[in-house]
Amino acid sequence: MDTAIYASRRRRNHISVAASIAATVIGLGWLALILGSLFWQGFSGLSLRVFLENTPPPGSDGGLLNAIVGSLIFTVLAVAFGTPIGILAGTYMAEYGRHARLTHVVRFINDILLSAPSIVVGLFIYEVMVRPMGHFSGISGAVALAVIVIPVVVRTTEDMLLLVPDTMREAAASIGLPRSLMIQKVAYRAARSGIVTGILLAVARVSGETAPLLFTALNNQFYSTNLNAPMSSLPVVIFQFALSPYKDWQKLAWTGALIITLAVLALSITARALSAARKTS
Amino acid sequence: MVEVTWQGPDVSARQNVEDRARALNRLRLSDDVFRIMTRSAAMFVLAILGGVILALFLGSLPALREFGFGFLVSESWNPVTEKFGALAPVYGTLMTSFLAMLIAVPFGLLIAMFLTELCPKWLRRPIGIAIELLAGIPSIIYGIWGLFVLAPFLQQYIQPPLIKTFQNVPGLSALFEGPPYGIGIFTASLILAIMVLPFVTSISRDVFDAVPPVLKEAAYGLGCSTWEVMRYVVLPYTRVGVIGGVMLGLGRALGETMAVTFVIGNAHRISTSLLAPGTTISATIANEFTEAVGDLYTSSLIALGLILFVITFVVLAIARYLLMRIERRIG
Repeated sequence: MDTAIYASRRRRNHISVAASIAATVIGLGWLALILGSLFWQGFSGLSLRVFLENTPPPGSDGGLLNAIVGSLIFTVLAVAFGTPIGILAGTYMAEYGRHARLTHVVRFINDILLSAPSIVVGLFIYEVMVRPMGHFSGISGAVALAVIVIPVVVRTTEDMLLLVPDTMREAAASIGLPRSLMIQKVAYRAARSGIVTGILLAVARVSGETAPLLFTALNNQFYSTNLNAPMSSLPVVIFQFALSPYKDWQKLAWTGALIITLAVLALSITARALSAARKTS
Repeated sequence: MVEVTWQGPDVSARQNVEDRARALNRLRLSDDVFRIMTRSAAMFVLAILGGVILALFLGSLPALREFGFGFLVSESWNPVTEKFGALAPVYGTLMTSFLAMLIAVPFGLLIAMFLTELCPKWLRRPIGIAIELLAGIPSIIYGIWGLFVLAPFLQQYIQPPLIKTFQNVPGLSALFEGPPYGIGIFTASLILAIMVLPFVTSISRDVFDAVPPVLKEAAYGLGCSTWEVMRYVVLPYTRVGVIGGVMLGLGRALGETMAVTFVIGNAHRISTSLLAPGTTISATIANEFTEAVGDLYTSSLIALGLILFVITFVVLAIARYLLMRIERRIG
């Protein structure tokens, strides 16, 4: 009797442990498979031309220059618009209104915005910018991405400022530093690497975002840096080229996907290294 | 002479006091300005949410006025006759997300169990980091992989045997009938499952890690096996957090656009077969919005966006509420 129960418990444990290991191997293996085929397909198309020539019409050679430049512009503008608002809002939550009702509400809403569907953000900007302006434009794409940057920055700024010990704030206050200066000269400085990490994560997040750009910035086959006109971006070009029937376009889509993945991985690894360095120091 | 010596310090002292008052005033002003700026920025976050809801509502008014409640229950989607209904995309969204979670949750929990209980210490960090990095990969990458690698593979090797195996099983045959298209609800669910797997795994691992070691050690001390510790100690203790993590993953899956758009097939119909092409709310919007002609068409698509936002808002709100509860307990 007892040995039977013991054996069945042991069996059950063996099965679950085996299932756990199998799940890890399958799950990680699958993800490795995706990265592997991405590298395989993407590297074969990677050449200098990709960075020097514009997107081609079907059937001829070309690169992704206009898309890469467009993506860089979008990212820079989105961070430029979104970061100040995000940092200020995070500052309010961690410094001024730590126990205020507003802070709790904002934290809750911000966490929802953090994982809200990005295509809805595209619709929102379409309604408030594209429709009133009467045409698609690069600037509306940048604003759409800024809406995605803000929650990421708010979250990390608040978290990082809360990690700054209050004794530092008290020390600053005791030598007569006004609160705003205390925040700017002491708290920001202590939390700097954490806040930079947050910005890097935000950049990683928006550099692959496609949905918000589809009907705000649209796409542009030609090199254009005019913010008042449709502008090209890597993700949208990948979307368009991958779904096209042309082999050259599909190849370029793979190459673009590889470029984005490498950029995102580099950004997240840098962010991780930064926060790790902060923890050990 | 005397007057001068008496006046000197007096004048400079008064000067000093005035300077100091001016400096203090300036500081007070900049202090107020900074405080008001941070407060307005915090309010701005709320304004974004309000703006999103308001803009979507106003944008979808024409469609809601035209179709009324029928919009939610009608399956037709005909741009030519301008008859639009949300049922097919809503069904596709819920179905793909449900199937994706059905696959991703057991996998995520088992991987989290491996990471917290079974994994050798030196392997724990690299695997954890790998999973977190994968969570950051943009969804369009999963989409392009699904279209060029997964869909052809499923079409050739997985779907024909599935169809053959189940064609004579009553009940299940309806789920796996029709030609193997490669793209469709089934493929989209698989891609979604792979995409949300890192989220579910990393949150489950975090909440499993938060179980006080004393509890687990006590159970091990009583002679419990690893599985029994997981099943009767860790899972009950972390239930709320795990459900929160699952809901967070579900919120992602519901709103996911690019990974699905590539492989869903964009067909506005509801079929019982999982192998048939379908559509989701986000895929419909992504595919059709820029080509939508006429106000009613555009407005119907925005109404779809509103429905999506409401669904994800509710799911994410529940997720955050549950996670907040467990955070309070731990903290």
